[in-house]
Amino acid sequence: MKLLIKGGRIVDPASGRDEVGDVFISEGKISGKKEKADQTIDAKGLVVAPGLIDLAARLREPGQEYKATLASEMDAAVAGGVTSLACPPDTHPPLDEPGLVDMLRRRAKALARARVYPVGALTVKLAGERLSEMSVLAQAGCVAFSQANVPITDTQVLWRALQYAATFGYPVWLRAEDKWLSREGVAHDGEMATRLGLAGIPAFTETIALATMLQLARSTGARVHFCRLSTAAALDMIRSAKKDKLPVTCDVGIHYVHLSETDLGYYDTNCRLDPPLRSQRDREALAAGLADGTVDCVVSDHAPVDEDQKQLPFAEAEIGASALELLLPLTLKWGAERKLPLVKTLARVTSDAARILGVQSGRIAPGAPADLVVFDPKQPWRVEPAALKSQGKNTPYLGYELAGRVHATLVAGSVVYEQK
Amino acid sequence: MPANPQLNANGELQHLLSIEGLPRAILEQILNTAESFVGVTEREVKKVPLMRGKSVFNLFFEASTRTRTTFEIAAKRLSADVINLNVSVSSQTKGESLLDTVANLSAMQADVFVVRHGSSGAPYLIARHVKPHEHVINAGDGRHAHPTQGLLDLYTIRHYKKDFGALTVAIVGDVLHSRVARSLIHGLTSLGVPEVRVIGPQTLIPAGVAALGVRVFHDMRAGLKGCDVVVMLRLQNERMNGPLLPSAQEFFKNYGLTAEKLALAKKDAIVMHPGPMNRGVEIDSPVADGPHSVILPQVTFGIAVRMAVMSIVAGN
Amino acid sequence: MTSRLPDAEALIPRLAAELKGRVTPATAMIGLHTGGAWVAERLHPLLGLKEPLGLMDIAFYRDDYAKEGLKHDPKRTRIPFEVEGRDLLLVDDVLYTGRTVRAAMNELFDYGRPRSIALVVLADRGGRQLPIAAQHAGAQVEVPAGKRLRLKRAANGRLTLELEDAG
Repeated sequence: MKLLIKGGRIVDPASGRDEVGDVFISEGKISGKKEKADQTIDAKGLVVAPGLIDLAARLREPGQEYKATLASEMDAAVAGGVTSLACPPDTHPPLDEPGLVDMLRRRAKALARARVYPVGALTVKLAGERLSEMSVLAQAGCVAFSQANVPITDTQVLWRALQYAATFGYPVWLRAEDKWLSREGVAHDGEMATRLGLAGIPAFTETIALATMLQLARSTGARVHFCRLSTAAALDMIRSAKKDKLPVTCDVGIHYVHLSETDLGYYDTNCRLDPPLRSQRDREALAAGLADGTVDCVVSDHAPVDEDQKQLPFAEAEIGASALELLLPLTLKWGAERKLPLVKTLARVTSDAARILGVQSGRIAPGAPADLVVFDPKQPWRVEPAALKSQGKNTPYLGYELAGRVHATLVAGSVVYEQK
Repeated sequence: MPANPQLNANGELQHLLSIEGLPRAILEQILNTAESFVGVTEREVKKVPLMRGKSVFNLFFEASTRTRTTFEIAAKRLSADVINLNVSVSSQTKGESLLDTVANLSAMQADVFVVRHGSSGAPYLIARHVKPHEHVINAGDGRHAHPTQGLLDLYTIRHYKKDFGALTVAIVGDVLHSRVARSLIHGLTSLGVPEVRVIGPQTLIPAGVAALGVRVFHDMRAGLKGCDVVVMLRLQNERMNGPLLPSAQEFFKNYGLTAEKLALAKKDAIVMHPGPMNRGVEIDSPVADGPHSVILPQVTFGIAVRMAVMSIVAGN
Repeated sequence: MTSRLPDAEALIPRLAAELKGRVTPATAMIGLHTGGAWVAERLHPLLGLKEPLGLMDIAFYRDDYAKEGLKHDPKRTRIPFEVEGRDLLLVDDVLYTGRTVRAAMNELFDYGRPRSIALVVLADRGGRQLPIAAQHAGAQVEVPAGKRLRLKRAANGRLTLELEDAG
């Protein structure tokens, strides 16, 4: 099947290209040749970019189908222009067995929407005691290993897990959080938590754990990617580590470059997140760090939660925000606020994320997979439950108007989403 | 941020959820109205027919005989019908959600819900879901707020000290877990008290407290110097032996109110306590029963203040 | 009925003269906040009554709470004498529908059982909605439609009756 995307503004962060032109697709890949097309997509006035690569999106399968299903979330992904996503291992049961990983990949493939890259559990049942069978899981398709939001409290286990992963060169994705210090908290330990009477999670729960993990990374040589950093202090530590040539990378959640503890307002449970939304200084540091490259990429951290679990007092409400369909407009908003050129803004959700995931997509070049998104960066839309394909309507942005609407999404050269 | 959830479109008090965010005029309206009700509580017939035909539902998710009883007395003195619901936590875990419980009660024609809950913010969730003619009064949510207690404390201070604008007030004890402290701090700063102090060990003082407009003291003697009002907070049993405090005895040694420490405050200082008191832990008996203590009048004022709050919200 | 407003100041001594024959030193007086209290404060010293003046706010006994709520900060009712068995003078500024007096009597009976109550008003504007009458009225006043009759007190204490638009 030969496809032509005609006359769009091609933005390819990997090469720095930003110009109007045509993209030819053949056999599911980007073609270097101008060929006669079977189907043409008119992209005049629109941006043509690599499909978004999201390193953290929960699909709720297996196990939590009452919250959302693979089908609904994959629909949400491609409606949001996301063509590849990594899903964390905190499914029910956790992704610590090759059979589960295999089933997930096959179901995702059968749905033929976005590409799904499972992240395997670092320890069995994520319990932080026994190492999981990383080789077997890698063979089944796991691209990295992680504990999701369940920190390992026994530092010796953490050390051994990193050593083992390093043996085989498996990347380890870690949340820097000291479980003892954070265990009662539900909000950033600052002014808002004091006003609202919520148990606090101090910034040092992140930096203390990060210090430990950086030293273990250095000692073991493991390739560590730090997930969802939330404090300015942590970014300073990453900056130093990178300067010392430690092969670490990190991401932030898209909400954290926009929102802060103040957004909790009168106990808005859509802001009940992990890590918590922190101070305005932290937010500013994260937004700046994402721009200057200290932070390698930004993710949605998508977590659909059903209405009943959010209609509870703040501390009892379930954690998470639905964000797959907001990743693109919120990233564009961040880029516009930092006055970055589009090619740099989009790098953080395409080429940079691809580098960490270790995949060939995320660029527009001959021979690369034809995973593309065609969108109008200026088109406004109102975030309302009916406008979201995800079963999770739990977003702090409900009722807001955002700019950036996807017109078409392609995966492996097939149109998997088109705006009606 | 959305509009103030406590006020209706006319800026009148629809719900009482927290002292924070209430205009000064409304705080004064409540205190002034309470004063009239003190008169009612002092006469033979302690009832007025104001809320006859109205129903007040006491919805207590956290057990409390004291507070529930004072709300019940207050409602009955307004001639309202009172229904008490002690919704224990176990019936919640049996499956009925907080909002389902409220919806069922709405169907029974409630006018006022008095809610006490263990989770900060629960009354806000309820207030977002009640019908327009229904009113929510927060009787204590987690460690966030206990606005009627804060108001009766303000009333007590006004009764004995008259002018808020010239006072030094100290709040002593477990501020971290205290909704009483938070409500009182907001009330004092809203009414223009120039110096509000919190006194306690670092383990019991919350991180962001200075942002509320208070001065932090860890040395009780330094903190009590020149105070007009000393408010002692109750130390709950579960806090006493663990990572927050080593023992009740050590707490009393450093932070318990004795006559000797009280002498550092002004000669006519008053001593307050929200109750119930732990004698020998936060306060010793000679002070609790002594001439500076206004702890018993606080209770009387509490009924009048709750009558004032109920009659103001239920009429809006 | 006069349509020009009478001089409130002139009505006070006229009422006092009328009441002097009716009261004994044991009679007690209660003024209704706010206008009735002003009138009572002027009448009380003229009548040689033994008991101090009582002042009453009917806020908690009104019949319009469901519609209006608690509109103003209520003043404190202070009745510094025993109501039980007492002959009382209830004083208000303007008598109109009679609802204020109904509320005042209900409140009064929560203090005790008086022997008698006589209603004294500065101005009676008619328009009764309840079977209430004043035993002593300073003047009968006709009030045009859409207007309200109010008693005002100046800084120097001078009382005047005025018409204002009914809100």
